[in-house]
Amino acid sequence: MSQPSMSEALRGVVRRDLLLAMRHRSDVAMSVFFVVIVASLFPLGVGPEPAVLRMIASGVLWVTALLACLLSLGRLFTADYLDGVLEQTLLIPQPLAVLVVGKVFSHWVISGLPVVLLSPLLGLQFGLSGDSLWVLTLSLLLGTPTLSMIGAIGAALTLGLRGSGLLVALLVLPLFIPVLIFGAGAVTNSLAGIGSEANLSLLGACFLLSLASAPWATAVALRIALE
Amino acid sequence: MQWGSLAEFFAMGGYGLYVWPSFGVTALCMGGEVIAVWRRHAAAAGSRDES
Amino acid sequence: MSATDINWFKYSSPQAFYPLAGRMIPWFAAIALGLIGVGLYIGFFVAPTDVTQGDAYRIIFVHVPAAWMSMFLYVIMAIWAGLGLGLNARPSFMMAQAIAPTGAMFTFLALFTGSMWGKPTWGAWWVWDARLTSELILLFQYIGIILLRSSIDDLRRADRASAVLALVGVINVPIIYFSVRWWNTLHQGASVSITAAPTMAGTMVTAMLVMMFGFWMYSIAVTLARMRCVIVERERQPSWGKPASMPDVVEAR
Repeated sequence: MSQPSMSEALRGVVRRDLLLAMRHRSDVAMSVFFVVIVASLFPLGVGPEPAVLRMIASGVLWVTALLACLLSLGRLFTADYLDGVLEQTLLIPQPLAVLVVGKVFSHWVISGLPVVLLSPLLGLQFGLSGDSLWVLTLSLLLGTPTLSMIGAIGAALTLGLRGSGLLVALLVLPLFIPVLIFGAGAVTNSLAGIGSEANLSLLGACFLLSLASAPWATAVALRIALE
Repeated sequence: MQWGSLAEFFAMGGYGLYVWPSFGVTALCMGGEVIAVWRRHAAAAGSRDES
Repeated sequence: MSATDINWFKYSSPQAFYPLAGRMIPWFAAIALGLIGVGLYIGFFVAPTDVTQGDAYRIIFVHVPAAWMSMFLYVIMAIWAGLGLGLNARPSFMMAQAIAPTGAMFTFLALFTGSMWGKPTWGAWWVWDARLTSELILLFQYIGIILLRSSIDDLRRADRASAVLALVGVINVPIIYFSVRWWNTLHQGASVSITAAPTMAGTMVTAMLVMMFGFWMYSIAVTLARMRCVIVERERQPSWGKPASMPDVVEAR
């Protein structure tokens, strides 16, 4: 059997993770329900006044998506780490960064994509309409994979540590902040009638920058955690 | 010298409540850090000698 | 080798660095005390009262040096972290470890004095202006690095993980600054710039710069002292400072 190519290895990683996820469909449901419940907490806390909700919608929905990503990071590498598969993955001749992209992608399909697809409904709950709904969805579409890639660095650094759930949050939230600012800013701008292209372009830039660098940093962190 | 009296100096033109805690906390932190490092060194070097 | 050729690389071993640092600390400490004393004198007795902010502006004589040191130390720490990862050199990691607490302290001081300055000048204890908000996030990053290191028991992993985090964080610093400035101007209503310093008279600038250098010398002194602590805590070789005896050697093995 000939040496598998990089893209074959990538597809292999993605296929395996998605298959495993299919067997635990509750993982997808968890992200979705979390976002729905948490987003509902804000009107309960702040009051149902539509004007207020519309004003806080962009921030609330973005922070909720961000928290959902943060909480799901524990699942990114832990299962493989615990059953020894991660160590084997490090030994695969393909570049680890590419394999990381595969893992993060499947992780995003399971936890991030459902949130993106659900966001128009949540936006409606907060009184967003028309253009802003579209901007919200697009911003989350660009932002959630970025958050997953950045979050992977934190997940790799804290692999197997006690209290890693909270620690990961502390490490990764400062890194999330620019994405949050641009993402929520896009929706706010769209609501205010100012164009959201600038924010969306910056979000795109963040996505590309993280795609170019985060998997590599994650690979380095994985090797440090496992040597 | 621009302060008419010691009282004026402490008052800092009415802003003494903000100026002095700022400098005070700064001095406390920096002094505290020095003391903390000193004690850490004493503990570390001391216990080494005990071995 | 002539007497003027110093082999600097020998100081990259902790055993040699330890006494060298010990000799350097008093010098840096003395210079720091001198500069801070001079700076305070100029700041309080030479620099005039500001027309718009009264005497409250004098807080900048600690606020700006603290803020500057917080950012400068972060970059230096990241450089040592990078050197450690690149050269696989333990002392570089130890240096980064020694810098972090001082950097975090200055970040806290920058925030505290910034808040103190903000209350009389802008009427609020905290404003979400770009610089203060970025500084707050920098504090989070420092704390993250310190907490990560303390959460990992294995020294080698702790060194390298916190080094990676420091490097990722240093890239984040300009991005944070840019994005927070952007965010601040976005929400026009809230755009107060707490650090819009008064048009500075020459003596004000002088006092600020002298204090800045004083804080810098202080940082070097404290970092070297902490580095010595780290060396002792980690290396624990019985044979320096005094000649090794057979029982010591046996115990070390």
